[in-house]
Amino acid sequence: MSLTAAEWAALSLSLKVSFWAVLISLPFAIAMAWLLARRDFPGKSLLSALVHLPLVLPPVVTGYLLLLTFGKTGAVGAWLNEIGIVLAFRWTGAALAAAIMGFPLMVRAIRLAIESVDPKLEEAAETLGAGRAARFTRITLPLVAPGILAGVVLGFAKAMGEFGATITFVANIPGETQTLPSAIYAFLQVPGGEEGAIRLTLLAVGVAIGAVLISEWLARRVSQRIGRA
Amino acid sequence: MSLNVDIRHAFDGFKLHVTCTAGSGVTAIFGPSGSGKSTLVNAIAGLLTPDEGRISLGEEVLFDQAQAVHIAPAKRRVGYVFQDGRLFPHMSVRDNIRFGARYTSGGLDQAEETRLVELLGLETLLTRRPGTLSGGEKQRVALARAWLSQPRLLLMDEPLAALDEPRKDEIFPYLERLRDVAQVPIIYVSHNLAEVARLADDLIVLQSGKVALSGTAETVLSDPKALPLLGVREAGAILPARVIGHDADGLSRLALSGGEIVLPGVSAAPGTTIRLRVLAQDVLLSRDPPRGLSSHNVLPVTVETLHRGAGPGVAVRLRAGEDVLLARITARAAEEMELAPGAQCHAILNATAVPRGSIGGGAMPLKI
Repeated sequence: MSLTAAEWAALSLSLKVSFWAVLISLPFAIAMAWLLARRDFPGKSLLSALVHLPLVLPPVVTGYLLLLTFGKTGAVGAWLNEIGIVLAFRWTGAALAAAIMGFPLMVRAIRLAIESVDPKLEEAAETLGAGRAARFTRITLPLVAPGILAGVVLGFAKAMGEFGATITFVANIPGETQTLPSAIYAFLQVPGGEEGAIRLTLLAVGVAIGAVLISEWLARRVSQRIGRA
Repeated sequence: MSLNVDIRHAFDGFKLHVTCTAGSGVTAIFGPSGSGKSTLVNAIAGLLTPDEGRISLGEEVLFDQAQAVHIAPAKRRVGYVFQDGRLFPHMSVRDNIRFGARYTSGGLDQAEETRLVELLGLETLLTRRPGTLSGGEKQRVALARAWLSQPRLLLMDEPLAALDEPRKDEIFPYLERLRDVAQVPIIYVSHNLAEVARLADDLIVLQSGKVALSGTAETVLSDPKALPLLGVREAGAILPARVIGHDADGLSRLALSGGEIVLPGVSAAPGTTIRLRVLAQDVLLSRDPPRGLSSHNVLPVTVETLHRGAGPGVAVRLRAGEDVLLARITARAAEEMELAPGAQCHAILNATAVPRGSIGGGAMPLKI
């Protein structure tokens, strides 16, 4: 099975978009998860609902909202445009859409992991002289590592599969915003495209299996390292 | 360096109001569950902010509500050994005990670490994970971890409560060694009087959030008024005894200030002074010199005070030489014997059990 240049482009674009989507959103997801797991403040449920919104909204609606906000004439988009950053109809926009869609999944997985870390361990670290930052990096973060890994895998999978918000926000431009799902969709829109669609589908399945195997292996390594194996 | 505490704190319908001082040596805080022991130590560590009051260590004020002083726990340099160990599961034993070293002024003290690892018998555990340790091993690691953070005060909140009896016996010698080398005050929270009698120099008895009794362990434990607070079965005086020698039949002769007694199972070397614990319910009294008894342990004593409780019992404080014994007899017996302060009589100590294992530092607790 050989792939055409366009199919390769779709695959590598999908991987690039997903990679950056996860990388950029991860620190925010960890911070948000910590906030929701460990802090009490007014408006916490509202914030939590906001974070989870992309999970429950139709993806097309999320995409349209992104277009309204980050489009060239949108509130944020116009400002970004002035400093030379354009997101709409660019691969960076696809990454933003994928990041927003995967964000609730990442926050959820990491939040559960943080909640499972006994705050008494952090207390013990505190009596030993560790300040807040040291407690987080030396105690909480290593213990949450499996949860972060799970969040990354979920976020990556979501980004690889994201279609609705992406196609609404950045359209389906081959080589720029045509990700794997968009390419499959495009194949299905033209007569005789089934063969290409099936090739890409098999490819998507392969990538998914590979990702799961890698994450399982990583999870084993991590849990051995933190002594829970 | 001494610790001064004067705090008030209210929560969940419970009021704590404690004023106390702890100097060098081991100050035990004894009290039933819910008497406020843990609240008190958490306030000292800074993990809990009391409603009102002041806590100072030496010259430094750790907490003063009136002046809005609240030093963060991380800055207090108060070592804390928790009941549940709280070792960091993702670190080796070595990394656990070194955790606090980087926050001390001088960094890790290699010589001190080596000494402590030897003292607490951790040599073979250093590369292991906490998850693979027994309960007693975990607490030894927790002790080392708190100690290597170079604390100015060491808090131990029921460090043995989660252990079964054999494990307690295993860790006790280490605790005693640490006590003997420690230069800082140690606060030892417990609801186990045997532990308190074994370790404490001073004793604070808490009840319903207040200090019911405080003083040296010898004074408080031989105070007849303490008997209902400490529990009738558990109350008893502690007194020093010098080992004279060991006889061929397994018995050892011990010199008290008020006479000589024999006990089985004493392993301390002749000439050393050990600590005996004599339970009040194991002391019998006789007006006449007893004859034909199965016990050799008879001491002439003078009645100092009698304390009548709510039940049929009477706690009697006895002077035996320079030491004080506590006996618990029935009120009827006290009347028939015409016991009153100043009365001369004979105390028969019923020697029963001796805990196994030799103890470092010259202290040997016995239940006789």
